[in-house]
Amino acid sequence: MSTIILDFEKPIVELERKISELREHAATTGVNLEPEIKKLEEKLQKLIVKTYSNLTRWQRVQLARHPDRPYTLDYVKRICSQFMEVHGDRHFADDKAIVAGLATIDDQKVILIGHQKGRKTKENLERNFGMPHPEGYRKALRVMKLAEKFKRPVVAFIDTPGAFPGIGAEERGQAEAIAKNLFEMAKLRTPIIVIIIGEGASGGALGIGVGDRLLLLENTWYSVISPEGCASILYHDATKAPLAAEAMKVTARDLEELHIADEIIPEPPGGAHRDPDQMAAVVKERLLFHLHELQQIPIDVLIEQRIAKYAAMGSWEE
Amino acid sequence: MVDWFQRTKKGLLSSEKKVIPDGLWIKCPSCNEYLYKRELDKNLGICTHCRYHFRISCDTYINILLNVFEEFNAHLKSNDPLKFKASKKYADQLKQTMAKTGANEAVKTVKGKLGDHSVVLAVMDFNFIGGSMGSVVGEKIARAIDLAHEQHLPLIIISQSGGARMMEGILSLMQMAKTSAKLAQFHDDGGLYISVLTDPTTGGTTASYAMLGDLILAEPGALIGFAGPRVIKQTIGHELPEGFQRAEFLLEKGFIDVIVERSELKTTLIKILDFFKNE
Repeated sequence: MSTIILDFEKPIVELERKISELREHAATTGVNLEPEIKKLEEKLQKLIVKTYSNLTRWQRVQLARHPDRPYTLDYVKRICSQFMEVHGDRHFADDKAIVAGLATIDDQKVILIGHQKGRKTKENLERNFGMPHPEGYRKALRVMKLAEKFKRPVVAFIDTPGAFPGIGAEERGQAEAIAKNLFEMAKLRTPIIVIIIGEGASGGALGIGVGDRLLLLENTWYSVISPEGCASILYHDATKAPLAAEAMKVTARDLEELHIADEIIPEPPGGAHRDPDQMAAVVKERLLFHLHELQQIPIDVLIEQRIAKYAAMGSWEE
Repeated sequence: MVDWFQRTKKGLLSSEKKVIPDGLWIKCPSCNEYLYKRELDKNLGICTHCRYHFRISCDTYINILLNVFEEFNAHLKSNDPLKFKASKKYADQLKQTMAKTGANEAVKTVKGKLGDHSVVLAVMDFNFIGGSMGSVVGEKIARAIDLAHEQHLPLIIISQSGGARMMEGILSLMQMAKTSAKLAQFHDDGGLYISVLTDPTTGGTTASYAMLGDLILAEPGALIGFAGPRVIKQTIGHELPEGFQRAEFLLEKGFIDVIVERSELKTTLIKILDFFKNE
């Protein structure tokens, strides 16, 4: 059960508490409260459907950032029968904001990469809150080249508030590292599936996010800049982020309408954090489906389709 | 404030007395000398005292570099795909910017002659919404790459851009992938691409085509980076080192090939084109 409760989740949590209290009461006293409990449970289901089908874009951003939301390694634990993490970019360091490894998902051997946030303060500092430095992108590229060499597909989990804006990151070529990954991923001779599991902020996300399929969990956001960043530039006020989220149309559904997303993966009622096991099962099923599908396509055709897909993106008037 | 710190005699304030007609004289932000505008223009926007490079328009670059040229895809316009509205409407901003600049977008793409070489040249324009890259900029760059590819011509892109354009959200971000994918194809077929970085080149532009040149040139003093200096300062909470993210800094760190003064840009580019030309 979640430890942190968002504002719009409160009525639901309140009702859940009431139901469990009644259950407890019934169990200890032997009084039959079933009809009442049933009524409340129906009410709860309705409330959940009502709440989560009417979320604003900003509320979805909050869900995407929920501190209890499953991160890359939470999925790895649940969907991979084997996972061997590998480290380092062979140039400078091992960036813990991006994890990479040799993964087995059912009958599929894949190279898995993903942003990794930390759960507690100490781990968050280690993981730099999921904000990679150039060496993270270079580690990812190194293992993707390995995938290409040995014909293993790549699965990339995206969940980052952005590439880290700092002195070291600039000195070591944050822009070059990301650009190089876009360039190499566009023509990497193996299938690539990209899945947004939380936040997809800008070049920091795209830097491991070019591929044949883009899947987004239902309560995620993905855009050119964070809502806060946009708000601080356009309104000179970061607290106007909810407005910026609306204006930039940042949610999974928006990306489907803009022909950027290939598939939206529904989340359990209330969001991925309320049932990580179920969420992981669905993610696994969808990954396997797309992996099998992409493996049917000859590699030259696949790359042609990949480049054509990106070439068609955008909207303009001739 | 203690009284005796304040000036009482207005006559001593020198800066207010130097009233200079707009546009005739320009103060150099680097050495504070006043420069006669016509002289500055003749000198390609380089300060005659300290060699500071002023920003110049995309048309000026095209005129400096090419003898003859033909623009293509000038008609492409943004159709405001998100119907974006923040403090103002993006549609209005586009209209005003078009009226101000006389251009439809933040990049011009031309085919022309640079010395004896036929080239495809794309020049970004900071005056158009900060030289930001939305769908149209991405598409025009992509088509310029395609043209160079089809006709086996060298490609030169002069970047001058604050990054990807917020007002087109995810579509702007995807232009980074689009242009990089096109460059990957061009590269694999042996195309020559020279990237020229001018002040400023930041954000999504740097993190895509600007950093993907076979050779990367930069103008002296140009701000080049991924994150903007203000964001970095906010994040780390202290001042940035002197010269941070300037062209000279990038040269030292190994991310650009050479710094070229604007007055030498044409001859340098011709030298490179001569070198790689197959007889």
